[in-house]
Amino acid sequence: MQRIINDPDNVVDDAIKGYLRASPSLFAATDHPRVLKYPGSPSDKVGIVTGGGSGHEPAFLGYIGEGMCDAVAIGEIFSSPTADAFLEAFRSAPHGQGVACLYGNYAGDNMNVKMAKQMAEMEDIEVKTVIARDDVASAPAAERDKRRGVAGEVMMWKIGGAAAARGDSLDEVIRLAQKAVDACSSIGVGLSSCTIPANGKPNFSIEPGHMELGIGHHGEPGIEVAPLTSAEAIATAMCDPVLADQDFAGSEVAVLISGLGATPVMELNILYAHIAERLEAADIRVHRTDIGNYFTSLEMMGATLTLMKLDDELKPLLDAPARSLAITQC
Amino acid sequence: MQVLDATQGRDILEELVEVIVDNRQYLSDVDGAIGDGDHGINMAKGFRLCGESIAGQSLSLSKALGTLATTLMGSIGGSMGPLYGSLFMGMAKSVKDKNVLDAKDFGEMLADGQQSLEQISDAKVGDKCLLDTLVPAIESYRQAIEVSDDFPNALQALRNGAQQGRDSTLDLEAKIGRAARLGERSRGHLDAGAVSCCLLLTRLADSTERRLEKAAA
Repeated sequence: MQRIINDPDNVVDDAIKGYLRASPSLFAATDHPRVLKYPGSPSDKVGIVTGGGSGHEPAFLGYIGEGMCDAVAIGEIFSSPTADAFLEAFRSAPHGQGVACLYGNYAGDNMNVKMAKQMAEMEDIEVKTVIARDDVASAPAAERDKRRGVAGEVMMWKIGGAAAARGDSLDEVIRLAQKAVDACSSIGVGLSSCTIPANGKPNFSIEPGHMELGIGHHGEPGIEVAPLTSAEAIATAMCDPVLADQDFAGSEVAVLISGLGATPVMELNILYAHIAERLEAADIRVHRTDIGNYFTSLEMMGATLTLMKLDDELKPLLDAPARSLAITQC
Repeated sequence: MQVLDATQGRDILEELVEVIVDNRQYLSDVDGAIGDGDHGINMAKGFRLCGESIAGQSLSLSKALGTLATTLMGSIGGSMGPLYGSLFMGMAKSVKDKNVLDAKDFGEMLADGQQSLEQISDAKVGDKCLLDTLVPAIESYRQAIEVSDDFPNALQALRNGAQQGRDSTLDLEAKIGRAARLGERSRGHLDAGAVSCCLLLTRLADSTERRLEKAAA
């Protein structure tokens, strides 16, 4: 294992120390070592909280900031934060007007958020949730409730964060965040495995010369193993199920291409060139494109594609100003 | 009638800590085949922390189980924090006012733990999860004490039920957790939660049985 770490069991806490030192204007410590908050959040707005396992950086902590989330609960690598951590995140975010907890559909997160929400009720903190389910490879559209949340979560945080920042009510923030993630269809492709430092060996294996379409953010094996050919062929393999998931034709979309951690950004752009051609051919207008490492899986090679169908309500929120580690725009 | 002294719970808990810490790598390897590969890491972390906080203390079985529950819920997160946390919390509450446990009390403790777990999760037998071990083990124990109140015999039934339950997950297709997305490809592998649950129930039975023998001697 070629890693820049100390004790493999302490990588999460060690990383938090670095984030706090590097970006004090974005991150402040709280009463819980696994909860960070944005120190600049005004108190008179709906609070936005997220959280999830570590190893997906810049998710989840990279999405707290101005016009984004207010507090984040941080789990072990690929493992949900505790209920205690989610509760402290609810307390650390502005909560007088309620808290929107926006997270992804994983069994552990669901249970811990549920417990934290009950504990928050005892403290008169109102919490409502939106659970992202944008990965088309994880279940068919008819079983959307089983789908896991992937990079569409970024869109959910951006829309929810912008709605809260302009003063929307909790119900309105929840409605818009739900609408945002429902408008997203995502898929991943993996070219190599990843290693949890404390585990010391790869989580699974992808044979050289192959790729796994539909791979999960935690190395959950994908739906199909295929020979690794060209970027053009990968783009086709990713676009087919995404374009079949919703009727995108004739509409405007936002495209998010995220690397999984070890794929060079240059290659993400090679991939995007083919995706853009395909969208153009399908009469889909691209309003904006973001390419980079937005939601990763340790050092996995591969990428995710997220397509978000836009309308007049979502567009201004997506384009609203934000300042966070992962997204900064004027 | 044989009874377990419930005023002393620390050493039983230390044995549960030991079995999980000793199997850290094995549990992660089982999990790595179809899941994240972090089951052993997280379980060992939570149990080790519990071991540290109970060290040198005189605790009732209820207090010791309660400490384990709150440590797991507060420190390991994931799915296993809330699942095992509520299991052990239910067991702790069940024996709160008891100084001794007979075979029936012990069975009620297990059943109350199961009920507490079922309140937090929709998981059920057949989903390829720890309930595939827990439910048949408790059922096997219950059937044994219906026939006779022989405590060691019932503990053997608990072990048998747990092992059969664990092995049943080999051919199951995962319905919940990360492995669920694998569908058919999850067959042929044990479920890590079912394996850790079997380790815990087996050690709990072993430890209890040794205490019964010691008391009888």
